[in-house]
Amino acid sequence: MRDKISSSPVLSVVSKILFAPIIIFGLYVQFHGDYGPGGGFQAGVIVAAAFILYSMIFGLSKGETLVPIMINRYLMCTGVLLYAGVGIVSIFLDGMYLDYNVLSSDPSTGQHIGIILVELGVGITVATVMIALYHSFASFGEINE
Amino acid sequence: MNFLLINFFLISLLLVTTFFIFKTTSLISVVALTGAFTLLCSAIYVNLDAVDVAFTEAAVGSGISTILMVMAAAKLPEGKKNKLINLFPSIILAVAISLILIIIISNLPLLGDPNAPIHLHVVPEYLKESKDFFHIPNVVTNILASYRGFDTLGETIVIFTAGLGVIALLTSNTLNRKTNFKKNKKNER
Repeated sequence: MRDKISSSPVLSVVSKILFAPIIIFGLYVQFHGDYGPGGGFQAGVIVAAAFILYSMIFGLSKGETLVPIMINRYLMCTGVLLYAGVGIVSIFLDGMYLDYNVLSSDPSTGQHIGIILVELGVGITVATVMIALYHSFASFGEINE
Repeated sequence: MNFLLINFFLISLLLVTTFFIFKTTSLISVVALTGAFTLLCSAIYVNLDAVDVAFTEAAVGSGISTILMVMAAAKLPEGKKNKLINLFPSIILAVAISLILIIIISNLPLLGDPNAPIHLHVVPEYLKESKDFFHIPNVVTNILASYRGFDTLGETIVIFTAGLGVIALLTSNTLNRKTNFKKNKKNER
């Protein structure tokens, strides 16, 4: 199961072609969330979908080489810490917790910076948690072997 | 008129999908039909002009959840069909809950009613202020990340905790096996 690689060349070629566009679309949703529908949650899921597609087609061990388990777990924490860290930084800049006005001399720009950083934190956490969920589910069966 | 027609069409499709979810016995078909169900839900949200919710529903509900459910279904033993169980208690429960929901629906404000309580509390303030102050056209993002920043932080932590829980439950044995493997290797030496 672990190294079961899809025998169909159509699947592997299509997934190779689709991998980069999916990630680019994810980044578009991430950073265009201020202007259209989208944001960290959706972008994280879309980016995770690209990696999950890769591990589905090329086998779990290849997916784990692409995103090593420990790096994935560190990134999970990084996302939450980035979000919470923006709040701490705004405390140190004489604001309230998660008050983005103080992040820049112009309150409006400060809000922009704060929202982009916070959404990035959400995106990183969601993407890595989804990848971790998939890997946990997919590798579950081999425990009893 | 168009709005009503599209809504009617989508909701009748939802009913058909629900009927087949109820009827089918194969796990994989149930998972696929549930994916179709959430995709129809997101189409309904688009029809209601809630694009952000629709996007989330399409990405999370019909995308990732379906993949995870397929993975879970693939791990289950095959060939077991549901025995005919006594449906009577579940039917009574379903009818009771539907009755309660129908009674509640009659008390809800009409769709798009400007005098509905939800449109009178803080929303006018948000809509007026965020345009001039944030210079970010998507009000949903403003509310999500700035006005309701604490809530979103909580949501992120919930997702993080869920991931931690799954990792702790499902992969601890794998890690143990690996360390045991290393120990065995050391012992062999």
